[in-house]
Amino acid sequence: MEGLRARYGAGPLHLLAAIASFAVATYAFLEIADGTAPLSFVLWFAGAVVAHDLLAFPLYSLLGLIAGGASQAGGELGRRTLNHVRIPALLSAFAFVVWFPFILGVSEATYADASGRSTDPYLGRWLLLTAALFAISALVLALRLRRARARGLATDPPSPRNPR
Amino acid sequence: MSPRPHFGDPPPGPFRRDFWRSPLRGPWLASLLGSALLPLIVICALTGFASHVAYYPELGDNAIVDPGGIGFDLYFFDWPTSPSWLYALTQGLHVISGVAAIPILLAKLWSAMPKLFEWPPVRSLAHMLDRASLALLVGGSLFVFFTGIFNVQNWYPWGFSFVPAHYYGAFVFLAALVLHLVIKVPVVLRSFRERGVIAPLRDDLAHTEPEPPAEDTTAPHSPAAPTMSRRGLVATIGAGSLGLAVIAAGQSIGGPLRRLAILAPRGGATGSGPNDFAVNKTAAAAQIRDRWVDASWRLTVRGPTTIELSRADLLAMTQSTESLPIACVEGWSTTQSWTGVPLRDLAALAGAESEAVATVESLQRFGSFRAATLSAGQVADPRSLLALRVNGVDLSPDHGFPARVIVPAAPGVHNTKWVASIDFTVA
Repeated sequence: MEGLRARYGAGPLHLLAAIASFAVATYAFLEIADGTAPLSFVLWFAGAVVAHDLLAFPLYSLLGLIAGGASQAGGELGRRTLNHVRIPALLSAFAFVVWFPFILGVSEATYADASGRSTDPYLGRWLLLTAALFAISALVLALRLRRARARGLATDPPSPRNPR
Repeated sequence: MSPRPHFGDPPPGPFRRDFWRSPLRGPWLASLLGSALLPLIVICALTGFASHVAYYPELGDNAIVDPGGIGFDLYFFDWPTSPSWLYALTQGLHVISGVAAIPILLAKLWSAMPKLFEWPPVRSLAHMLDRASLALLVGGSLFVFFTGIFNVQNWYPWGFSFVPAHYYGAFVFLAALVLHLVIKVPVVLRSFRERGVIAPLRDDLAHTEPEPPAEDTTAPHSPAAPTMSRRGLVATIGAGSLGLAVIAAGQSIGGPLRRLAILAPRGGATGSGPNDFAVNKTAAAAQIRDRWVDASWRLTVRGPTTIELSRADLLAMTQSTESLPIACVEGWSTTQSWTGVPLRDLAALAGAESEAVATVESLQRFGSFRAATLSAGQVADPRSLLALRVNGVDLSPDHGFPARVIVPAAPGVHNTKWVASIDFTVA
Protein backbone atom coordinates (compact mmCIF):
# COMPACT_ATOMS: atom_id res chain seq x y z
CA MET A 1 0.00 0.00 0.00
CA GLU A 2 2.70 2.50 0.99
CA GLY A 3 4.71 1.18 -1.93
CA LEU A 4 1.89 2.02 -4.33
CA ARG A 5 1.54 5.51 -2.87
CA ALA A 6 5.24 6.14 -3.21
CA ARG A 7 5.53 4.80 -6.75
CA TYR A 8 2.16 5.89 -8.17
CA GLY A 9 1.46 9.02 -6.14
CA ALA A 10 -2.04 8.14 -4.95
CA GLY A 11 -4.10 5.29 -3.53
CA PRO A 12 -5.58 2.26 -5.33
CA LEU A 13 -9.06 3.80 -5.71
CA HIS A 14 -7.49 6.66 -7.68
CA LEU A 15 -5.75 4.21 -10.01
CA LEU A 16 -8.90 2.18 -10.70
CA ALA A 17 -11.09 5.27 -11.16
CA ALA A 18 -8.50 6.78 -13.52
CA ILE A 19 -8.36 3.64 -15.67
CA ALA A 20 -12.17 3.44 -15.87
CA SER A 21 -12.44 7.14 -16.69
CA PHE A 22 -9.87 7.05 -19.48
CA ALA A 23 -11.41 3.85 -20.85
CA VAL A 24 -14.79 5.58 -21.26
CA ALA A 25 -13.17 8.69 -22.76
CA THR A 26 -11.25 6.53 -25.24
CA TYR A 27 -14.44 4.64 -26.18
CA ALA A 28 -16.24 7.94 -26.82
CA PHE A 29 -13.32 9.19 -28.89
CA LEU A 30 -13.33 6.02 -31.02
CA GLU A 31 -17.03 6.55 -31.72
CA ILE A 32 -16.26 10.14 -32.73
CA ALA A 33 -13.32 9.04 -34.87
CA ASP A 34 -15.73 6.67 -36.62
CA GLY A 35 -18.07 9.53 -37.50
CA THR A 36 -17.85 12.84 -39.31
CA ALA A 37 -14.81 15.11 -39.03
CA PRO A 38 -13.00 13.74 -35.95
CA LEU A 39 -10.21 16.28 -36.47
CA SER A 40 -12.71 19.11 -36.18
CA PHE A 41 -13.95 17.55 -32.93
CA VAL A 42 -10.44 17.44 -31.47
CA LEU A 43 -9.68 20.98 -32.61
CA TRP A 44 -12.86 22.35 -31.03
CA PHE A 45 -12.26 20.36 -27.87
CA ALA A 46 -8.71 21.65 -27.47
CA GLY A 47 -9.67 25.05 -28.86
CA ALA A 48 -12.26 25.46 -26.09
CA VAL A 49 -9.51 25.04 -23.48
CA VAL A 50 -7.18 27.46 -25.26
CA ALA A 51 -9.98 30.01 -25.82
CA HIS A 52 -10.90 29.95 -22.14
CA ASP A 53 -7.57 29.46 -20.35
CA LEU A 54 -5.24 31.45 -22.58
CA LEU A 55 -7.57 34.08 -24.09
CA ALA A 56 -10.73 34.71 -22.05
CA PHE A 57 -9.15 34.30 -18.62
CA PRO A 58 -6.16 36.63 -19.21
CA LEU A 59 -8.44 39.14 -20.93
CA TYR A 60 -11.02 39.40 -18.16
CA SER A 61 -8.26 39.32 -15.51
CA LEU A 62 -6.64 42.28 -17.25
CA LEU A 63 -9.95 44.15 -17.34
CA GLY A 64 -10.34 43.36 -13.64
CA LEU A 65 -6.87 44.70 -12.86
CA ILE A 66 -7.57 47.89 -14.82
CA ALA A 67 -10.86 48.37 -12.97
CA GLY A 68 -9.16 47.67 -9.64
CA GLY A 69 -6.37 50.14 -10.41
CA ALA A 70 -8.80 52.84 -11.47
CA SER A 71 -10.83 52.22 -8.34
CA GLN A 72 -7.81 52.60 -6.09
CA ALA A 73 -6.80 55.79 -7.84
CA GLY A 74 -10.29 57.11 -7.17
CA GLY A 75 -9.93 57.07 -3.40
CA GLU A 76 -12.93 56.44 -1.17
CA LEU A 77 -15.45 57.10 -3.95
CA GLY A 78 -13.51 54.85 -6.32
CA ARG A 79 -13.46 52.08 -3.76
CA ARG A 80 -17.21 52.32 -3.29
CA THR A 81 -17.86 52.40 -7.04
CA LEU A 82 -15.80 49.34 -8.07
CA ASN A 83 -18.41 46.64 -7.48
CA HIS A 84 -21.16 48.81 -8.90
CA VAL A 85 -19.29 48.69 -12.20
CA ARG A 86 -17.96 45.16 -12.28
CA ILE A 87 -21.10 43.36 -11.08
CA PRO A 88 -23.41 44.68 -13.83
CA ALA A 89 -20.54 44.28 -16.30
CA LEU A 90 -20.11 40.63 -15.27
CA LEU A 91 -23.84 39.90 -15.51
CA SER A 92 -24.00 41.53 -18.93
CA ALA A 93 -20.95 39.50 -19.98
CA PHE A 94 -22.64 36.25 -18.89
CA ALA A 95 -25.63 37.03 -21.12
CA PHE A 96 -23.26 37.87 -23.98
CA VAL A 97 -21.19 34.70 -23.59
CA VAL A 98 -24.32 32.56 -23.85
CA TRP A 99 -26.23 34.43 -26.55
CA PHE A 100 -23.51 36.08 -28.65
CA PRO A 101 -24.33 34.15 -31.85
CA PHE A 102 -27.75 35.86 -31.79
CA ILE A 103 -26.48 39.20 -30.46
CA LEU A 104 -23.86 39.42 -33.22
CA GLY A 105 -26.25 37.91 -35.77
CA VAL A 106 -23.74 35.28 -36.96
CA SER A 107 -26.44 32.61 -37.32
CA GLU A 108 -28.96 34.85 -39.11
CA ALA A 109 -29.40 32.65 -42.20
CA THR A 110 -29.87 29.32 -40.41
CA TYR A 111 -32.02 30.88 -37.68
CA ALA A 112 -34.28 32.58 -40.24
CA ASP A 113 -34.67 29.27 -42.12
CA ALA A 114 -35.56 27.44 -38.94
CA SER A 115 -37.81 29.92 -37.19
CA GLY A 116 -39.06 32.40 -39.78
CA ARG A 117 -37.69 35.10 -37.48
CA SER A 118 -34.59 37.31 -37.54
CA THR A 119 -31.72 37.69 -35.07
CA ASP A 120 -31.97 41.48 -35.54
CA PRO A 121 -33.73 42.28 -32.23
CA TYR A 122 -31.19 40.44 -30.07
CA LEU A 123 -28.41 43.07 -30.11
CA GLY A 124 -30.88 45.73 -29.01
CA ARG A 125 -32.35 43.49 -26.33
CA TRP A 126 -28.91 42.72 -24.90
CA LEU A 127 -27.97 46.40 -24.92
CA LEU A 128 -31.19 47.28 -23.08
CA LEU A 129 -30.54 44.48 -20.59
CA THR A 130 -27.04 45.89 -20.06
CA ALA A 131 -28.47 49.39 -19.65
CA ALA A 132 -30.99 48.12 -17.09
CA LEU A 133 -28.28 46.32 -15.09
CA PHE A 134 -26.09 49.43 -14.94
CA ALA A 135 -29.08 51.66 -14.16
CA ILE A 136 -30.10 49.46 -11.23
CA SER A 137 -26.50 49.37 -10.03
CA ALA A 138 -26.24 53.17 -10.30
CA LEU A 139 -29.47 53.58 -8.36
CA VAL A 140 -28.22 51.35 -5.54
CA LEU A 141 -24.89 53.19 -5.50
CA ALA A 142 -26.66 56.56 -5.33
CA LEU A 143 -28.75 55.39 -2.38
CA ARG A 144 -25.68 54.03 -0.61
CA LEU A 145 -23.70 57.21 -1.15
CA ARG A 146 -26.61 59.29 0.10
CA ARG A 147 -26.86 57.17 3.22
CA ALA A 148 -23.11 57.40 3.77
CA ARG A 149 -23.19 61.17 3.27
CA ALA A 150 -26.01 61.46 5.77
CA ARG A 151 -23.82 59.68 8.29
CA GLY A 152 -20.85 61.70 7.11
CA LEU A 153 -18.25 60.15 4.87
CA ALA A 154 -15.50 61.23 7.25
CA THR A 155 -16.87 59.18 10.10
CA ASP A 156 -17.33 56.18 7.82
CA PRO A 157 -15.24 53.23 9.00
CA PRO A 158 -11.88 53.07 7.23
CA SER A 159 -11.71 50.82 4.22
CA PRO A 160 -11.37 47.19 5.26
CA ARG A 161 -7.86 45.83 5.35
CA ASN A 162 -6.66 42.53 6.57
CA PRO A 163 -4.56 42.78 9.70
CA ARG A 164 -1.49 41.80 7.80
CA MET B 1 17.79 40.71 -2.42
CA SER B 2 16.04 37.62 -3.69
CA PRO B 3 17.66 34.23 -3.24
CA ARG B 4 19.58 32.86 -6.21
CA PRO B 5 17.28 30.83 -8.46
CA HIS B 6 18.16 27.18 -8.67
CA PHE B 7 17.09 24.22 -10.74
CA GLY B 8 13.49 23.20 -9.99
CA ASP B 9 12.28 26.69 -9.10
CA PRO B 10 9.14 27.69 -10.96
CA PRO B 11 9.69 30.11 -13.83
CA PRO B 12 8.46 33.65 -13.20
CA GLY B 13 4.83 34.55 -13.75
CA PRO B 14 1.77 32.39 -13.09
CA PHE B 15 3.90 29.36 -12.13
CA ARG B 16 4.87 31.19 -8.90
CA ARG B 17 2.41 30.92 -6.06
CA ASP B 18 2.64 34.63 -5.19
CA PHE B 19 1.38 35.52 -8.69
CA TRP B 20 -2.19 34.60 -7.65
CA ARG B 21 -3.47 37.29 -5.33
CA SER B 22 -7.24 37.01 -5.06
CA PRO B 23 -8.08 36.55 -1.37
CA LEU B 24 -11.28 34.68 -2.25
CA ARG B 25 -9.71 31.68 -4.00
CA GLY B 26 -9.33 28.50 -2.02
CA PRO B 27 -10.74 25.04 -1.36
CA TRP B 28 -13.93 26.32 0.31
CA LEU B 29 -14.92 28.55 -2.63
CA ALA B 30 -14.14 25.80 -5.14
CA SER B 31 -16.14 23.35 -3.02
CA LEU B 32 -19.18 25.63 -2.86
CA LEU B 33 -19.13 26.38 -6.59
CA GLY B 34 -18.62 22.71 -7.42
CA SER B 35 -21.51 21.73 -5.15
CA ALA B 36 -23.76 24.26 -6.88
CA LEU B 37 -22.66 23.12 -10.32
CA LEU B 38 -23.03 19.38 -9.78
CA PRO B 39 -26.86 19.22 -9.50
CA LEU B 40 -27.19 21.27 -12.69
CA ILE B 41 -24.82 18.92 -14.52
CA VAL B 42 -26.74 15.89 -13.24
CA ILE B 43 -30.08 17.35 -14.42
CA CYS B 44 -28.55 18.31 -17.75
CA ALA B 45 -26.99 14.87 -18.28
CA LEU B 46 -30.05 12.85 -17.27
CA THR B 47 -32.41 14.91 -19.43
CA GLY B 48 -29.94 14.72 -22.30
CA PHE B 49 -29.79 10.92 -22.19
CA ALA B 50 -33.60 10.88 -21.79
CA SER B 51 -33.83 12.83 -25.03
CA HIS B 52 -31.74 10.16 -26.75
CA VAL B 53 -34.34 7.58 -25.64
CA ALA B 54 -37.25 9.82 -26.69
CA TYR B 55 -36.05 9.69 -30.31
CA TYR B 56 -36.57 5.90 -30.42
CA PRO B 57 -33.20 5.46 -32.14
CA GLU B 58 -33.82 1.72 -32.58
CA LEU B 59 -36.75 2.35 -34.99
CA GLY B 60 -36.40 2.98 -38.72
CA ASP B 61 -33.90 5.69 -39.58
CA ASN B 62 -34.50 7.57 -36.32
CA ALA B 63 -30.95 7.15 -35.00
CA ILE B 64 -28.95 10.38 -35.22
CA VAL B 65 -26.13 8.97 -33.16
CA ASP B 66 -24.76 5.93 -34.93
CA PRO B 67 -25.08 3.00 -32.49
CA GLY B 68 -21.42 2.45 -33.38
CA GLY B 69 -18.96 -0.28 -32.67
CA ILE B 70 -20.59 -1.76 -29.59
CA GLY B 71 -23.73 -2.49 -31.60
CA PHE B 72 -26.30 -1.81 -28.90
CA ASP B 73 -27.85 1.15 -27.19
CA LEU B 74 -27.36 1.79 -23.51
CA TYR B 75 -31.02 2.21 -22.65
CA PHE B 76 -33.71 -0.21 -21.68
CA PHE B 77 -37.04 1.58 -21.52
CA ASP B 78 -39.68 2.85 -23.93
CA TRP B 79 -40.32 6.59 -24.01
CA PRO B 80 -43.93 7.10 -22.89
CA THR B 81 -46.66 9.35 -24.36
CA SER B 82 -47.93 10.46 -20.93
CA PRO B 83 -47.82 13.02 -19.54
CA SER B 84 -48.02 14.83 -22.88
CA TRP B 85 -45.70 17.57 -21.58
CA LEU B 86 -42.97 15.10 -20.55
CA TYR B 87 -40.55 15.98 -23.35
CA ALA B 88 -41.31 19.70 -22.96
CA LEU B 89 -40.31 19.31 -19.31
CA THR B 90 -37.17 17.21 -19.78
CA GLN B 91 -35.82 19.15 -22.71
CA GLY B 92 -36.79 22.50 -21.17
CA LEU B 93 -34.83 21.47 -18.07
CA HIS B 94 -31.93 20.32 -20.27
CA VAL B 95 -31.51 23.74 -21.85
CA ILE B 96 -32.35 25.79 -18.73
CA SER B 97 -29.92 23.84 -16.53
CA GLY B 98 -27.23 24.01 -19.21
CA VAL B 99 -27.57 27.77 -19.60
CA ALA B 100 -27.82 28.34 -15.83
CA ALA B 101 -24.61 26.32 -15.32
CA ILE B 102 -22.50 28.71 -17.42
CA PRO B 103 -21.83 31.45 -14.81
CA ILE B 104 -21.06 28.83 -12.15
CA LEU B 105 -18.82 26.87 -14.51
CA LEU B 106 -16.87 30.01 -15.45
CA ALA B 107 -16.53 30.98 -11.76
CA LYS B 108 -15.39 27.44 -10.95
CA LEU B 109 -12.75 27.61 -13.68
CA TRP B 110 -11.64 31.00 -12.35
CA SER B 111 -11.32 29.59 -8.84
CA ALA B 112 -9.20 26.66 -10.06
CA MET B 113 -7.04 28.55 -12.54
CA PRO B 114 -3.79 28.47 -10.46
CA LYS B 115 -3.89 24.67 -10.84
CA LEU B 116 -3.22 25.08 -14.57
CA PHE B 117 0.18 26.55 -13.69
CA GLU B 118 1.30 24.02 -11.09
CA TRP B 119 5.03 23.58 -10.63
CA PRO B 120 6.57 21.10 -11.14
CA PRO B 121 4.17 20.24 -13.95
CA VAL B 122 4.23 16.54 -13.12
CA ARG B 123 5.00 15.10 -9.70
CA SER B 124 3.99 11.47 -10.15
CA LEU B 125 2.10 9.14 -12.46
CA ALA B 126 -1.10 9.80 -10.48
CA HIS B 127 -0.54 13.55 -10.77
CA MET B 128 0.01 13.24 -14.51
CA LEU B 129 -3.25 11.29 -14.92
CA ASP B 130 -5.04 13.91 -12.78
CA ARG B 131 -3.84 16.70 -15.01
CA ALA B 132 -4.66 14.85 -18.24
CA SER B 133 -8.11 14.15 -16.87
CA LEU B 134 -8.53 17.80 -15.87
CA ALA B 135 -7.78 18.77 -19.46
CA LEU B 136 -10.62 16.47 -20.53
CA LEU B 137 -12.84 17.88 -17.78
CA VAL B 138 -12.27 21.52 -18.72
CA GLY B 139 -12.32 20.87 -22.46
CA GLY B 140 -15.30 18.54 -22.11
CA SER B 141 -17.37 20.94 -20.02
CA LEU B 142 -16.74 23.89 -22.35
CA PHE B 143 -17.25 21.71 -25.44
CA VAL B 144 -20.51 20.15 -24.30
CA PHE B 145 -22.06 23.32 -22.90
CA PHE B 146 -21.07 25.56 -25.77
CA THR B 147 -21.90 23.16 -28.60
CA GLY B 148 -25.35 22.93 -26.99
CA ILE B 149 -25.64 26.70 -26.66
CA PHE B 150 -24.56 27.25 -30.27
CA ASN B 151 -26.95 24.55 -31.49
CA VAL B 152 -29.99 26.21 -29.92
CA GLN B 153 -28.94 29.35 -31.82
CA ASN B 154 -28.63 27.36 -35.06
CA TRP B 155 -24.93 28.25 -35.32
CA TYR B 156 -22.68 25.48 -36.62
CA PRO B 157 -19.17 26.84 -37.11
CA TRP B 158 -17.60 23.36 -37.12
CA GLY B 159 -17.12 20.38 -39.43
CA PHE B 160 -18.54 17.61 -37.24
CA SER B 161 -22.19 16.76 -36.96
CA PHE B 162 -23.65 18.26 -33.80
CA VAL B 163 -25.63 15.48 -32.16
CA PRO B 164 -22.97 12.72 -32.07
CA ALA B 165 -20.28 15.22 -31.04
CA HIS B 166 -22.46 16.65 -28.24
CA TYR B 167 -23.43 13.12 -27.16
CA TYR B 168 -19.97 11.53 -27.13
CA GLY B 169 -18.41 14.77 -25.88
CA ALA B 170 -20.69 14.34 -22.86
CA PHE B 171 -19.22 10.85 -22.31
CA VAL B 172 -15.71 12.32 -22.21
CA PHE B 173 -16.84 15.14 -19.89
CA LEU B 174 -18.79 12.89 -17.51
CA ALA B 175 -16.03 10.26 -17.37
CA ALA B 176 -13.54 12.96 -16.36
CA LEU B 177 -16.10 14.40 -13.92
CA VAL B 178 -16.49 11.06 -12.12
CA LEU B 179 -12.72 10.82 -11.61
CA HIS B 180 -12.70 14.44 -10.45
CA LEU B 181 -15.42 13.63 -7.90
CA VAL B 182 -13.55 10.55 -6.63
CA ILE B 183 -10.53 12.77 -6.00
CA LYS B 184 -12.31 15.91 -4.78
CA VAL B 185 -15.27 14.78 -2.70
CA PRO B 186 -12.99 14.17 0.33
CA VAL B 187 -11.48 17.65 -0.18
CA VAL B 188 -14.97 19.19 -0.34
CA LEU B 189 -16.12 17.36 2.78
CA ARG B 190 -12.99 18.38 4.70
CA SER B 191 -13.38 21.99 3.63
CA PHE B 192 -17.05 22.10 4.62
CA ARG B 193 -16.23 20.40 7.94
CA GLU B 194 -13.48 22.90 8.72
CA ARG B 195 -15.15 26.10 7.54
CA GLY B 196 -18.87 25.24 7.40
CA VAL B 197 -20.93 24.91 4.25
CA ILE B 198 -22.30 28.44 4.21
CA ALA B 199 -20.66 30.01 7.28
CA PRO B 200 -18.11 31.97 5.17
CA LEU B 201 -21.07 33.67 3.47
CA ARG B 202 -21.88 35.47 6.71
CA ASP B 203 -18.69 37.53 6.56
CA ASP B 204 -19.06 41.02 5.15
CA LEU B 205 -16.19 42.69 3.32
CA ALA B 206 -14.52 43.90 6.51
CA HIS B 207 -14.42 40.34 7.83
CA THR B 208 -13.40 38.59 4.61
CA GLU B 209 -10.18 36.69 5.30
CA PRO B 210 -8.19 34.54 2.86
CA GLU B 211 -8.23 30.79 3.35
CA PRO B 212 -4.99 29.43 4.89
CA PRO B 213 -2.40 28.90 2.13
CA ALA B 214 -1.88 25.15 2.48
CA GLU B 215 0.66 23.72 0.02
CA ASP B 216 -1.53 21.86 -2.46
CA THR B 217 -4.46 24.30 -2.62
CA THR B 218 -5.46 27.37 -4.62
CA ALA B 219 -5.55 29.56 -1.49
CA PRO B 220 -3.24 32.56 -2.13
CA HIS B 221 0.25 32.79 -0.57
CA SER B 222 0.32 36.58 -0.83
CA PRO B 223 -3.30 37.70 -0.92
CA ALA B 224 -4.36 41.20 -1.91
CA ALA B 225 -6.88 43.07 0.23
CA PRO B 226 -10.39 41.91 -0.63
CA THR B 227 -12.57 44.16 -2.75
CA MET B 228 -15.58 41.87 -2.59
CA SER B 229 -16.88 39.55 0.09
CA ARG B 230 -17.42 35.86 -0.59
CA ARG B 231 -21.15 36.38 -0.34
CA GLY B 232 -20.86 39.26 -2.81
CA LEU B 233 -19.13 36.96 -5.29
CA VAL B 234 -21.51 34.05 -4.71
CA ALA B 235 -24.56 36.34 -4.96
CA THR B 236 -23.28 37.78 -8.24
CA ILE B 237 -22.68 34.35 -9.75
CA GLY B 238 -26.04 33.16 -8.41
CA ALA B 239 -27.80 36.19 -9.89
CA GLY B 240 -26.13 35.51 -13.25
CA SER B 241 -27.20 31.88 -13.16
CA LEU B 242 -30.76 32.64 -12.07
CA GLY B 243 -31.08 35.51 -14.53
CA LEU B 244 -29.96 33.34 -17.45
CA ALA B 245 -32.39 30.63 -16.31
CA VAL B 246 -35.28 33.12 -16.22
CA ILE B 247 -34.60 34.54 -19.67
CA ALA B 248 -34.46 31.00 -21.05
CA ALA B 249 -37.32 29.41 -19.10
CA GLY B 250 -40.07 31.52 -20.64
CA GLN B 251 -39.71 29.79 -24.01
CA SER B 252 -40.46 26.44 -22.33
CA ILE B 253 -43.11 27.51 -19.85
CA GLY B 254 -44.92 29.83 -22.21
CA GLY B 255 -47.76 32.16 -21.27
CA PRO B 256 -46.76 35.64 -20.10
CA LEU B 257 -43.29 34.33 -19.17
CA ARG B 258 -42.48 33.94 -22.88
CA ARG B 259 -42.18 37.73 -23.10
CA LEU B 260 -39.47 37.62 -20.42
CA ALA B 261 -37.38 35.18 -22.46
CA ILE B 262 -35.85 38.10 -24.33
CA LEU B 263 -32.63 36.36 -25.43
CA ALA B 264 -34.02 32.83 -25.95
CA PRO B 265 -34.48 31.50 -29.51
CA ARG B 266 -38.30 31.32 -29.30
CA GLY B 267 -38.87 33.91 -26.58
CA GLY B 268 -40.23 37.41 -26.79
CA ALA B 269 -43.64 38.49 -28.04
CA THR B 270 -45.52 36.55 -30.73
CA GLY B 271 -48.55 37.53 -32.82
CA SER B 272 -52.03 36.62 -31.63
CA GLY B 273 -53.32 34.77 -34.73
CA PRO B 274 -54.20 31.04 -34.53
CA ASN B 275 -51.02 30.10 -36.45
CA ASP B 276 -48.74 32.62 -34.70
CA PHE B 277 -46.66 30.27 -32.62
CA ALA B 278 -43.07 29.06 -32.85
CA VAL B 279 -41.86 27.29 -35.98
CA ASN B 280 -38.93 24.88 -36.20
CA LYS B 281 -38.54 24.74 -39.98
CA THR B 282 -40.28 27.06 -42.42
CA ALA B 283 -41.99 25.78 -45.58
CA ALA B 284 -39.57 27.91 -47.58
CA ALA B 285 -36.54 26.34 -45.89
CA ALA B 286 -37.98 22.86 -46.49
CA GLN B 287 -38.53 23.87 -50.15
CA ILE B 288 -42.20 22.84 -50.17
CA ARG B 289 -43.69 23.79 -53.57
CA ASP B 290 -47.20 25.26 -53.73
CA ARG B 291 -48.30 22.72 -56.35
CA TRP B 292 -47.41 19.81 -54.04
CA VAL B 293 -49.87 21.01 -51.41
CA ASP B 294 -52.81 22.18 -53.57
CA ALA B 295 -56.06 20.22 -54.09
CA SER B 296 -54.10 17.49 -55.93
CA TRP B 297 -52.32 16.46 -52.68
CA ARG B 298 -53.03 12.88 -51.59
CA LEU B 299 -51.96 11.11 -48.43
CA THR B 300 -50.71 7.58 -49.06
CA VAL B 301 -51.41 5.19 -46.20
CA ARG B 302 -49.68 1.82 -46.52
CA GLY B 303 -50.41 -1.27 -44.48
CA PRO B 304 -51.76 -4.65 -45.53
CA THR B 305 -53.87 -2.48 -47.85
CA THR B 306 -52.75 0.76 -49.44
CA ILE B 307 -55.11 3.72 -49.66
CA GLU B 308 -54.93 7.27 -50.92
CA LEU B 309 -56.84 10.01 -49.18
CA SER B 310 -57.46 13.61 -50.20
CA ARG B 311 -57.65 16.34 -47.58
CA ALA B 312 -61.44 16.33 -48.02
CA ASP B 313 -61.47 12.55 -47.35
CA LEU B 314 -59.51 13.12 -44.16
CA LEU B 315 -61.78 15.96 -43.04
CA ALA B 316 -64.78 13.68 -43.63
CA MET B 317 -63.40 11.15 -41.11
CA THR B 318 -64.14 11.45 -37.38
CA GLN B 319 -62.08 14.38 -36.08
CA SER B 320 -60.41 14.60 -32.68
CA THR B 321 -59.21 17.76 -30.98
CA GLU B 322 -56.28 17.56 -28.54
CA SER B 323 -54.29 20.17 -26.68
CA LEU B 324 -50.67 19.08 -27.13
CA PRO B 325 -47.25 20.71 -27.02
CA ILE B 326 -44.65 20.84 -29.73
CA ALA B 327 -41.50 20.46 -27.67
CA CYS B 328 -38.21 21.12 -29.44
CA VAL B 329 -34.91 19.50 -28.54
CA GLU B 330 -33.63 23.10 -28.47
CA GLY B 331 -35.62 23.68 -25.29
CA TRP B 332 -38.65 25.66 -26.43
CA SER B 333 -42.20 24.41 -26.47
CA THR B 334 -45.64 25.66 -27.37
CA THR B 335 -48.99 24.03 -26.57
CA GLN B 336 -51.77 24.38 -29.14
CA SER B 337 -55.16 22.87 -29.86
CA TRP B 338 -54.85 20.45 -32.79
CA THR B 339 -57.70 18.89 -34.79
CA GLY B 340 -57.36 15.90 -37.10
CA VAL B 341 -57.60 12.15 -37.52
CA PRO B 342 -56.17 9.83 -34.83
CA LEU B 343 -53.24 7.86 -36.25
CA ARG B 344 -54.73 4.62 -34.99
CA ASP B 345 -57.86 5.24 -37.12
CA LEU B 346 -55.61 5.52 -40.18
CA ALA B 347 -53.83 2.33 -39.10
CA ALA B 348 -57.18 0.54 -38.86
CA LEU B 349 -58.16 1.86 -42.28
CA ALA B 350 -55.03 0.30 -43.77
CA GLY B 351 -55.72 -2.95 -41.93
CA ALA B 352 -52.59 -2.64 -39.77
CA GLU B 353 -52.23 -4.63 -36.56
CA SER B 354 -52.25 -2.94 -33.19
CA GLU B 355 -48.49 -3.37 -32.62
CA ALA B 356 -47.59 -1.67 -35.91
CA VAL B 357 -45.06 1.14 -35.96
CA ALA B 358 -45.57 4.04 -38.37
CA THR B 359 -42.97 5.58 -40.64
CA VAL B 360 -44.15 9.05 -41.58
CA GLU B 361 -42.57 10.70 -44.59
CA SER B 362 -42.71 14.37 -45.52
CA LEU B 363 -43.04 16.05 -48.90
CA GLN B 364 -39.72 17.65 -48.00
CA ARG B 365 -37.15 16.17 -50.39
CA PHE B 366 -33.87 16.86 -48.59
CA GLY B 367 -32.58 17.60 -45.14
CA SER B 368 -32.73 16.02 -41.73
CA PHE B 369 -35.96 14.78 -40.14
CA ARG B 370 -37.86 14.51 -43.43
CA ALA B 371 -39.12 11.16 -42.06
CA ALA B 372 -39.62 9.68 -38.62
CA THR B 373 -40.72 6.30 -37.30
CA LEU B 374 -43.22 6.35 -34.44
CA SER B 375 -43.41 3.49 -31.94
CA ALA B 376 -46.43 1.18 -31.59
CA GLY B 377 -47.25 2.91 -28.31
CA GLN B 378 -47.14 6.34 -29.95
CA VAL B 379 -49.41 5.18 -32.80
CA ALA B 380 -51.86 3.52 -30.40
CA ASP B 381 -52.27 6.61 -28.18
CA PRO B 382 -55.68 8.08 -29.10
CA ARG B 383 -54.24 11.61 -28.77
CA SER B 384 -51.69 11.02 -31.56
CA LEU B 385 -53.12 12.83 -34.58
CA LEU B 386 -52.61 13.51 -38.20
CA ALA B 387 -53.56 17.15 -37.62
CA LEU B 388 -55.30 19.15 -40.34
CA ARG B 389 -56.24 22.19 -38.32
CA VAL B 390 -54.87 24.14 -35.37
CA ASN B 391 -56.78 26.48 -33.04
CA GLY B 392 -59.87 26.16 -35.23
CA VAL B 393 -58.28 27.08 -38.57
CA ASP B 394 -56.33 25.27 -41.29
CA LEU B 395 -52.63 24.73 -40.60
CA SER B 396 -50.45 27.46 -42.08
CA PRO B 397 -47.76 26.41 -44.58
CA ASP B 398 -45.04 26.80 -41.91
CA HIS B 399 -46.97 24.53 -39.54
CA GLY B 400 -47.25 21.74 -42.09
CA PHE B 401 -50.29 22.31 -44.36
CA PRO B 402 -51.96 20.16 -45.66
CA ALA B 403 -51.36 17.75 -42.75
CA ARG B 404 -48.86 17.14 -39.97
CA VAL B 405 -48.32 14.64 -37.20
CA ILE B 406 -48.65 15.58 -33.54
CA VAL B 407 -47.77 12.98 -30.90
CA PRO B 408 -47.88 13.53 -27.12
CA ALA B 409 -44.45 13.77 -25.45
CA ALA B 410 -42.56 13.14 -28.71
CA PRO B 411 -39.54 15.26 -29.68
CA GLY B 412 -40.71 18.15 -31.89
CA VAL B 413 -39.01 16.94 -35.08
CA HIS B 414 -40.88 13.62 -34.90
CA ASN B 415 -44.10 15.56 -35.49
CA THR B 416 -43.51 15.38 -39.25
CA LYS B 417 -44.91 18.29 -41.29
CA TRP B 418 -46.24 18.33 -44.90
CA VAL B 419 -46.96 14.60 -44.60
CA ALA B 420 -46.82 12.64 -47.87
CA SER B 421 -47.19 9.07 -46.64
CA ILE B 422 -47.57 6.88 -43.58
CA ASP B 423 -46.32 3.28 -43.60
CA PHE B 424 -47.70 0.97 -40.93
CA THR B 425 -45.43 -2.03 -40.46
CA VAL B 426 -44.97 -4.61 -37.74
CA ALA B 427 -41.37 -4.29 -36.56
